[in-house]
Amino acid sequence: MVQPVLQWQAGKLTAIRPETRQTKSFTFALPKWMAHRPGQHYDVRLTAPDGYQTQRSYSIASPPERVGELELTVERIPDGEVSPYLHDVLMPGDQLEVRGPIGGYFVWDVSVGGPLLLVGGGSGVVPLMAMLRHRVAQHSTVPARILYSSRTAEDVIYRDELDGMAAGDREFEVLYTFTRQPPAGWTGYRRRIDAAMLAEVIKPFDKRARVYVCGPTLLVEAVANALVQMELPIEQIRTERFGPTGA
Amino acid sequence: MAGLISRGFLGRRRPAEVEDRLPPGQYLVTDFPVLSAGPTPHTPLDRWSFTIEGLVRSPVTWSWAEFQKLPTQTYTVDISCVTKWTKLDTRWLAVSVDTLLQAVQVEPTGRYVTAYSDGGYTTNLPLDEMVNGQAFVAYQFDDKPLEPVHGGPARLVVPHLYFWKSAKWIRGLRVMERNQPGFWESLGYHIHGDPWKEERYSGD
Repeated sequence: MVQPVLQWQAGKLTAIRPETRQTKSFTFALPKWMAHRPGQHYDVRLTAPDGYQTQRSYSIASPPERVGELELTVERIPDGEVSPYLHDVLMPGDQLEVRGPIGGYFVWDVSVGGPLLLVGGGSGVVPLMAMLRHRVAQHSTVPARILYSSRTAEDVIYRDELDGMAAGDREFEVLYTFTRQPPAGWTGYRRRIDAAMLAEVIKPFDKRARVYVCGPTLLVEAVANALVQMELPIEQIRTERFGPTGA
Repeated sequence: MAGLISRGFLGRRRPAEVEDRLPPGQYLVTDFPVLSAGPTPHTPLDRWSFTIEGLVRSPVTWSWAEFQKLPTQTYTVDISCVTKWTKLDTRWLAVSVDTLLQAVQVEPTGRYVTAYSDGGYTTNLPLDEMVNGQAFVAYQFDDKPLEPVHGGPARLVVPHLYFWKSAKWIRGLRVMERNQPGFWESLGYHIHGDPWKEERYSGD
């Protein structure tokens, strides 16, 4: 595969959308936009007046069908260096240096096919959302399900959009689980994702499922180990892990 | 490296003695992040072995028990992941790659190495960057057996290159004539991966 050389470019912030108390989505117009594969990420670089620089990686939330645009959904880490800057300082019209798209394994597009099982925890839902938005933009009928773990109802990112997708699509289902405080009257899952829950969610797809898991290390380990126990071929299990790394 | 000044950004400075140990674009962590592309393998020790093959006079395979009898050293090294974190002063108990290669005698045509792991992971390295104390196969971290999520039972550690070169769950080295891109090197990451030159991605 020929790889493009990735160069830094100045993206112009065109929109900020609050998602939850902790997360916001940032849309940039990119002068040298390149189509990405859903699941990939961009690097972000900040430079201080004296030349000091630091970088972080953020998953792409937008589908490649949004030509010329890049949307990143970023969780604010209270003691972080870059995410508080993005949340508290950056304003529409500002420029931000980015380069990408990066990463070629944790990717799904309609050419990969399905059935597709996405498992996300917290802000780990972001790259999975790029996959789902792409699936919708392509009018794909690949059967897909997402199992999405959050602490409380207020922590669910993209809730309205996910529910809207599920309402209009017989081949797509969204399943939430709440680990701390489910919403009032909730009758669904209310615990950490475990083997029994996964077995229920994967059932219609069985061992044909292509599974993408993204979230904190403990969640990813639990899910991936359970899938291996179910004898899902390991090539069908792709993972992306977020540790508490002070981003 | 020049960059667009980020309005209102001052940055989080570290003491100079720490800042000097952070390669460009990296930030300091004190925890130990976990990154991997698929499920964590859990190979039982009685089924574990380590092999050196390819362009060598006498290929060798060690069982876990035999590997434990090889001479070890304690290494304290800084490690840098291409995902931007750097961790200082990590402590490993390990067998030097020099010790391993002494057992096989590399052919003169052998110039590169493919490290391969449980789960199918591979990564490529120049042979001359794995000798003279530059690389080791570790099975203890901080005086404890290396945890599976961090690459246990044993992982390669090549501290002067980005940490994806330090293959987790390593099972062997294949000595080769040509530089054969490994897993991440085939997916857009740099063929060499020196953090001080910021060789993150293909073309850097």
